[in-house]
Amino acid sequence: EIMQLHHQKHHQTYITNYNKALEQLQDAVTKGDSASVVKLQSAIKFNGGGHINHSIFWNNLAPVREGGGEPPKGSLGWAIDTHFGSLEALVQKITAEGAAVQGSGWVWLGLDKELKKLVVETTANQDPLVTKGANLVPLLGIDVWEHAYYLQYKNVRPE
Amino acid sequence: MALRALLSRKTLGLSQGVVQNQLRGLQTFSLPDLSYDYGALEPAISGEIMQLHHQKHHQTYITNYNKALEQLQDAVTKGDSASVVKLQSAIKFNGGGHINHSIFWNNLTPVREGGGETPKGSLGWAIDTHFGSLEALVQKINAEGAAVQGSGWVWLGLDKESKKLVVETTANQDPLVTKGANLVPLLGIDVWEHAYYLQYKNVRPDYLKNIWKVINWKYASGVFEKECP
Repeated sequence: EIMQLHHQKHHQTYITNYNKALEQLQDAVTKGDSASVVKLQSAIKFNGGGHINHSIFWNNLAPVREGGGEPPKGSLGWAIDTHFGSLEALVQKITAEGAAVQGSGWVWLGLDKELKKLVVETTANQDPLVTKGANLVPLLGIDVWEHAYYLQYKNVRPE
Repeated sequence: MALRALLSRKTLGLSQGVVQNQLRGLQTFSLPDLSYDYGALEPAISGEIMQLHHQKHHQTYITNYNKALEQLQDAVTKGDSASVVKLQSAIKFNGGGHINHSIFWNNLTPVREGGGETPKGSLGWAIDTHFGSLEALVQKINAEGAAVQGSGWVWLGLDKESKKLVVETTANQDPLVTKGANLVPLLGIDVWEHAYYLQYKNVRPDYLKNIWKVINWKYASGVFEKECP
């Protein structure tokens, strides 16, 4: 139920509103209407961010029979052990930070592509990870908006 | 709702005559009772939502607020400024959550207790003056509430200095006063997803449309008349 609503309603709405905002932006740019251009940035950031973030999110999830939950091997597995000590430690950190997000937002495992370091970050609302650092590449994002879990977990986000 | 933390100062004289102030008697907050049953606001707001919202969400804000205040008292006593500053986020969020929800429960009432009855008296008159009509105000509040990005609240407030009514939104659990020191909340509507999702799913506008059936205008009028006698 959550997956269907999340995909068909929430993500679709971000896309619809993003398209609309881009159309209005094009119009405003053509007209040289700077007030509107600036005013539209909030809608573009929010809805564009919503589209970006959820597109990543669907790829971050997989059914168990397709390998969902299998610990990372290869270089990422090694990097996680190096930077966080163990996968368990990383999971604990992401869980703690995700639970602590005040209001709506996301918790991320990111890669700083300049420093080649793994980081755990949170963003508010639909801010993409890049708003926390221009060099940050999202590897894994977890939606901690209430719509992502409420029907099943109610108020218990840590579950 | 009385939300005053009572701090009484006690001065201790130490051996070298150094005087030290110590904060004592930190009041802890507790969950206020609703004056109606959880199911009494149906069908506008489900009993399931009311119960979770009150017993889980509001209670958690109170629990965490009390904890943060305790840690704050400790940090202040120790002169640990780093901790004092670090705790402000938890205090704002959880204290704000307690403040906002305490107002919210008063803003709602069952239909048989007058829920949804249009405001009379001076508040009704002020609404017509400032917004044209109650319908216009409702439309404005609904539009702004629906447009809140993420979690937050939409408010009908009174600027107690200019005596003007305003519609404002706040993010997360920020109280109305964060939008203006002179703003007094008359009516707040929670637009966090937990306030409506189990019943209305993603359709926040439907929640906003229906909540007016259980809005307690008598309470809002009371607050208004106290500031504008």
